[in-house]
Amino acid sequence: MKFDTPATPNPIDRLRVVGKPHDRVEGRLKTTGAATYAYEHHSVPSDPAYGYVVGAAIPKGRIKSIDIARAKAAQGVIAVISHENAGPLAKGEFYTQRFLAGPEVDHYHQVAALVVAETFEQARSAASLVRIDYLKSDGSFDLEAQKRTAPVAKQGPYGGPTETAVGDFAGAFAASAVKLDETYTTPDQAHAMMEPHATMAIWEGDKLTCWTSIQQMNWGTRDLAKTLGIPKENVRLISPYIGGGFGGKGTAQSDLVMAALGARAARRPVKLALQRPLMFNNLIHRPATIQRIQIGANLDGKIIAIGHESLSGNLRGGRTEPTTLSTRALYAGANRMTRVRLAVLDLAEGNAMRAPGEAPGMMALEIAMDEMAEKLEMDPVRLRILNDTQVDPEKPERPFSSRRFVECLETGAGQFGWSNRNATPGKVRDGRWFVGMGMAAAIRGAPISKSGARVRLDSGGVVTVETDMTDIGTGSYTIVAQTAAEMMGVSIDKVVAKLGDSTFPETPGSGGQQGAPSVTAGVYAACAKLREAVAQKLGFNSVDLVFADGEVRSGNRAVPLGAAAQSGDIIVEDFMEYGDLAKRFAQQTFGAHFAEVAVDSFTGEIRVRRMLAVCAAGRILNPKTARSQVIGGMTMGIGAALMEEMVVDTRFGFFVNHDLAGYEVPVHADVPHLDVIFIDELDPTMSPLQAKGLGELGLTGVAAAVANAIYNATGVRVREYPVTLDKFLAALPDVT
Amino acid sequence: MRSFTFERVTSAQEAAAKAQATPGAKFIAGGTNLLDLMKLEIETPQHLIDVNGLKFDKIEKTEDGGLRIGALVRNTALAADMRVRRDYGVLSRALLAGASGQLRNKATTAGNLLQRTRCPYFYDTNQPCNKRNPGSGCAAIAGYSRQLGVIGVSEACIATNPSDMAVAMRALDAEVEIIDASGRTRKIPIADFYRLPGDTPDVETALSSGELITAVTLPPPLGGTHLYKKVRDRASYAFALVSVAAVMQRDGTGRVAVGGVAPKPWRIEKAEAELRVGAKPFSARLLADAKPTKENAFKVPLVERTVAAVMHEARQK
Repeated sequence: MKFDTPATPNPIDRLRVVGKPHDRVEGRLKTTGAATYAYEHHSVPSDPAYGYVVGAAIPKGRIKSIDIARAKAAQGVIAVISHENAGPLAKGEFYTQRFLAGPEVDHYHQVAALVVAETFEQARSAASLVRIDYLKSDGSFDLEAQKRTAPVAKQGPYGGPTETAVGDFAGAFAASAVKLDETYTTPDQAHAMMEPHATMAIWEGDKLTCWTSIQQMNWGTRDLAKTLGIPKENVRLISPYIGGGFGGKGTAQSDLVMAALGARAARRPVKLALQRPLMFNNLIHRPATIQRIQIGANLDGKIIAIGHESLSGNLRGGRTEPTTLSTRALYAGANRMTRVRLAVLDLAEGNAMRAPGEAPGMMALEIAMDEMAEKLEMDPVRLRILNDTQVDPEKPERPFSSRRFVECLETGAGQFGWSNRNATPGKVRDGRWFVGMGMAAAIRGAPISKSGARVRLDSGGVVTVETDMTDIGTGSYTIVAQTAAEMMGVSIDKVVAKLGDSTFPETPGSGGQQGAPSVTAGVYAACAKLREAVAQKLGFNSVDLVFADGEVRSGNRAVPLGAAAQSGDIIVEDFMEYGDLAKRFAQQTFGAHFAEVAVDSFTGEIRVRRMLAVCAAGRILNPKTARSQVIGGMTMGIGAALMEEMVVDTRFGFFVNHDLAGYEVPVHADVPHLDVIFIDELDPTMSPLQAKGLGELGLTGVAAAVANAIYNATGVRVREYPVTLDKFLAALPDVT
Repeated sequence: MRSFTFERVTSAQEAAAKAQATPGAKFIAGGTNLLDLMKLEIETPQHLIDVNGLKFDKIEKTEDGGLRIGALVRNTALAADMRVRRDYGVLSRALLAGASGQLRNKATTAGNLLQRTRCPYFYDTNQPCNKRNPGSGCAAIAGYSRQLGVIGVSEACIATNPSDMAVAMRALDAEVEIIDASGRTRKIPIADFYRLPGDTPDVETALSSGELITAVTLPPPLGGTHLYKKVRDRASYAFALVSVAAVMQRDGTGRVAVGGVAPKPWRIEKAEAELRVGAKPFSARLLADAKPTKENAFKVPLVERTVAAVMHEARQK
């Protein structure tokens, strides 16, 4: 099926199942521990061996020699794999890192060796017996040091152009009545998901099957096959449940590659989970940024010049952190400039993490807007409303498909009690606490991609859906089941959703918040085909056919749906692909975040008191799972604002705080009551479901809203995330 | 994790004797810290002596009206004990400010006293660390030192003691009861229990080889207002940037020990004379010899401000 004209009325519009707050269909399995994650498929192979990774002990240099004799001789050890015996490894398409060091070492904790043994304990014990001699060489670890020298990046497949210019930015900025020119920094961040990267690999002849934890199944098969130099058809990946990914499990990484190599060498199934302290320097992360924002406005608050320059670093060949994406689309202004530069750093690879580019970009831009509002003596909500645009500010001939940004701002301000905010910072006290309010905009692109599904109807009227979509805790199972139920006119308990198997029809998986709109459109297409097959089988030929209550009806005739499969299951497959609507319309999701924080006037401790997000993201397929995604984003934003930072030791070249004690993420006590409001919206340019993703929207802008609230509470502006008390303690009033 | 041998013991003297006689032996009780360190091969004991079978799980009154806390009393039980809550509130509060419910259920009184530092370089066996690998150097002093010590530190080590419980016990002037291999017992005031790093940061306590902690005793109740304030970047489940254990009297006198700043709970009794003057002169005296790094210099004013917060709270009670 091809979607190339805006949506017209269709079976989804009945909203009997879609749009309802259904519980997660797999929720019971997860809360009772019955859902099997990658490391937990105990029954599949009867005799798995266990792998344990030895990470490189240096950040840059080469392995001079590697002595595996003692490890090999240790009790229970089956194989020890290093670059000397692994055979040639190529690169996948998405990541630039190499998954096995040797002889060159590219970054700290890159895999230097894998020990495979009969038990986990034997593998771990023998890992310490692998003797590696390194020759260290100088590396580059300091982003700040390359502030002046790093070149403008080449445009890659993601993130858009690295330089944009509209009008005369420099001239307009210079001539602006009110100007802001500030620099903001965001740190390296870890995904820090609960479930570590884990894989169980099994070879049968030249066919490889892996139970793993990966967000994009077809990227995973592609990249693993390329890395190993085998045909993609020979690789099957299975990821039915994923214990958090946040972009950190996009495609094949070291656990998958090393488990496959280990299983090949051991001629046994091999289970491998990366040990937590290795994950931070071994896997991808969100890279640190240094961002300069310039905004020029007239006295009335209209922006006439907006500029955003950004620097991040990466391994050679790695991609940029495209922080300027949102600045290109969020506010009006005739004169515009963005520029993204890229430094080479010998740290672990920087790559996708929830709202890549947009999350750190908005951390900077939305503090800048708060500062601009103050310079203009204008309310921050008002300033944003004033600079709304209904057309792509870079291409005025291209309208937004839907943009209810102003409604998000106004609804949020009203519901949050924004009018009670004292615009003068440091003036509101509650006992020994300074109290402040802050807000920020939210914006995140709304991509949608070709996505397929296979549906089967049996004689009991049960509809089984298969796609290679994944559920990373987001609710994919549930919205897939809801879509099929709506299309086929059955209740949700008559639908079986099967996900996370690379042999199922291809979807773009979970990433870039395109999973929900894409997969549901694919299920729509397959179900539309199934409806035709059912109609034909049952001998209906009218166009007024209704699928409802488990029946197929036309005029006075009603037949149970399952009757169509009396003589055998009906199986059809289809996909949804797209025309040029995304070119003709700027497709984005919008929102507004509001936060109230308290800052201890003695110690500077920051506690978020309440938060509200208002989101406009097309049709909300399931308000319950959608809300969970947004409050998850808000929680992550609290972490970004207040605590999350992988600290680089620029002498020794690694992220120092590489475990969950050192890398702090919010705990329950940090997260207050969070409210979410969805603006009633349909976007007919997206798909027949008129829905957009929102898992990443919920994160963009959150950290800035918190930072702006801290400023409003204390009067101290911090432009270096995370906003920790040591950065403003000296500026607080004396208390002794 | 390296292979090790394991045994259970039934008497304290037997435990101490076996520990002294067996090279590379360590005691294990709750294991909440030791097992993690063994998995990372920061600790590589060849032999573990499980002392959980010893009957040191009681909290009893002492003859002078204080409390004797058995070495194996779990942190949860100690924090919840009615006598501790009533008479030694600072201890209860400090315990509850530490770790998580699950960890406190396992962690013991003696084990808490002996937990190792959380310096990130100590935790990474590829990095130099004089405490883990004497003579290898200190990566922390010129590195990521935000969490680390500002006073009592040396050129060799700036690690902090991570215990909350010990800070409260220092404010209370607890004593540590010990038995050795010959069955001799002795008491060490908590003020003397921890050693400053000097040139030997690997030597952390006054315990000799084989010595086993059997109990911690508290003096008779001190009265006053008991407060424990722990400042950290997140609201729970984090080690202190700075913590203050205080027992404040109505007349403005008091006892104040500070955590998160030194290799041991930091208390200078002479400085407490300044408490009646204010947090600023008290803190100035307490931290007069501070040698912070650029990254942790904020701890010096933070101590002053946290002491001020505690004094403010005490006045309001």
